[in-house]
Amino acid sequence: MKFALNDEQRDFAKSLDDLLGAADVPAAARAWGEGDHAAGRKLWTRLADLGVHGLCVPEDAGGLGATPVDVVVAFEQLGRHLVPGPHVESIVVAPVVLAAVDPGALERLASGELVVTLAAPPHTPYALDADIADLVLLLDGGTLCTATAGALHRSVDTARRLFPVTAAEHLATLPEDTVAAAFDAAALACSAQLLGAGERLLAEAVEYAKTRRQFGRAIGEFQALKHALADVRVGLDFARPLLYGAALSLGSADSARDTSAAKVAAADAAYRAARTALQVHGAIGYTLEHDLGLWITKVRALVSAWGTPSVHRTRVLAALGTA
Amino acid sequence: MNLDFTEGELAFRDEAREWLREHVPAGPMPPLDTAEGFAARREWEATLAAARWSVVAWPEKYHGRDASMVEWVLFEEEYYRSGAPVRAAQNGISLLAPIIFEHGTPEQQDRYLPAMADGTEIWAQAWSEPEAGSDLASIRSTATRDEARGGWLLNGQKTWSSRAAFADRAFGLFRSDPTAERHRGLTYFLFPLDAEGLSIRPIAQLDGHPGFAELFFDDVFVPDADVLGAPGDGWRVAMSTAGNERGLSLRSPGRFCAAADRLLALWRERGAGHPHLRDRVVDAWLAAQAYRLYTWGTVTRLAAGGDVGAHGSVNKLFWSQLDVGLHEVALDLLGPESELRDEPWLDGYLFSLSGPIYAGTNEIQRNIVAERLLGLPKGGRGR
Repeated sequence: MKFALNDEQRDFAKSLDDLLGAADVPAAARAWGEGDHAAGRKLWTRLADLGVHGLCVPEDAGGLGATPVDVVVAFEQLGRHLVPGPHVESIVVAPVVLAAVDPGALERLASGELVVTLAAPPHTPYALDADIADLVLLLDGGTLCTATAGALHRSVDTARRLFPVTAAEHLATLPEDTVAAAFDAAALACSAQLLGAGERLLAEAVEYAKTRRQFGRAIGEFQALKHALADVRVGLDFARPLLYGAALSLGSADSARDTSAAKVAAADAAYRAARTALQVHGAIGYTLEHDLGLWITKVRALVSAWGTPSVHRTRVLAALGTA
Repeated sequence: MNLDFTEGELAFRDEAREWLREHVPAGPMPPLDTAEGFAARREWEATLAAARWSVVAWPEKYHGRDASMVEWVLFEEEYYRSGAPVRAAQNGISLLAPIIFEHGTPEQQDRYLPAMADGTEIWAQAWSEPEAGSDLASIRSTATRDEARGGWLLNGQKTWSSRAAFADRAFGLFRSDPTAERHRGLTYFLFPLDAEGLSIRPIAQLDGHPGFAELFFDDVFVPDADVLGAPGDGWRVAMSTAGNERGLSLRSPGRFCAAADRLLALWRERGAGHPHLRDRVVDAWLAAQAYRLYTWGTVTRLAAGGDVGAHGSVNKLFWSQLDVGLHEVALDLLGPESELRDEPWLDGYLFSLSGPIYAGTNEIQRNIVAERLLGLPKGGRGR
């Protein structure tokens, strides 16, 4: 029993954190939202070079065949740094749904060359970034089709460009467990992004509370703020083990229960972090000019992406045999 | 990263499960803080000790099994899953014993640990005073030197002394050097509750039972042999117990997991009539599960030589709120019957209400988290 990251995983997180910390990701996210994908595509390639896109691709297809824990480590960093793009779709979902249909695609996924997006109604009705994807898919029940995208729908998170899709060519009818595995993996990656975003929001709020002065002292000296931020720390600290617990049980009989538990807890913790960070920042955090809002709106969107909290609570109860 | 246990750990768990299945008394015991409840638990703890299940992590010479921390957590999960009662000896075992192991003389270890393990000597804690609750460093009860008799004379008053109404002995801090600053000049004493000059006034808690007591000291003599650690070093000695109390030792996850399982059973029985409580039931189960997994993370860190430190405050904030939330939703499921005094969920609920107050209030814990973990500036208290 060792319920902690190993050195390799910590190093992986650190190298992603360093890479993304050195890039101006918020600027890339802003540009992405305006339809200028150049900076975001550059990040996409650099992440692929670090192996992020090959995490879920088997080694014999040019990937890393990594564990779900590694995936969680990577997606926490993507969330912390606000990286835009259909990452959940290309990195986590596509390798699962394309494995039997188009094995040749896996190598191109791993290298970051192939950008895939998909809609999977009812919980994921729109395809993210269909305008830049090389392959747009629709997974409806077990039916996997290529799809054509309709007109852009704006998300509360400006970096999430959503497209309704229409089925085009039928590719395959996937077995139920493959569909379930794809959904659980997506929900888990999304939870990790939420946790990363929540950690970043807390860090930003703490930093601001140390420097912003009112009534002659740093606002972080005020107990009301301290207590609100401490509660954010507690929420994130206890969402994290659920996330890693779910990574360990992904694909097992408890997969649905545990990924849903992780999604509920990560969404709650990140949302609390967002609300508190805004309150700590005050009006400046409510402006479009300040970057804080990019994380706040990202969290709001991810709370309901890949299954709302209500959907996931229902799944937990169903799995516990008490629905 | 894994949650896999060794064959040895699984065998240990299975042995515990089997023994508990055969020996846990059927039906609920009288409440802990009653004379009958205390007597029943002394008997139960003697039974546990005879089979060496009362203090599994202790050395064999003191009735233990030298169990690892992993085995200890597994045992606690089994203990509560089996329906076994909360231990009367828990203050001694989880707060005092680690200090005796660390700071006690060999004579003190031999004198006190076996009697603690088998329930023949049950310990109460005597920390708080009327003017010193969460602000423990401001205690005023004194210890003055009695050279002639080779010991100390204790004077003053302690309050909110858990278990003191029925326990045999107590441990606490007294100011032995009135000229030293707040955190210095304190000494850690062990003393019998029937000592001459010591009077006890039980205090009924919200559940009606005397879980607390006030202790009044009038020249109570304590020999040098019952000073724990060096005189004047009591704060440092005591702080290692405070860390234990907030952290892992007093609140093993088994207890909350067992309660969450009971909550799910209650939901199966009554949930159909209360669909609006669904989310809160899920969240209570989730929280217990999160606590269990968090604990395995803590065990991993401790096993690698880390310490709990200020994370103990994160832990205490979480379990105390989880415990209240879990019982609140159970009471809502029970509806109008939830106010009936013989409803076991009500006892659990009343007990849970003390969680955010004792072992340092949750407000104190939030300050610790904010200042020590988040690095926010000190000062500004009470503003």
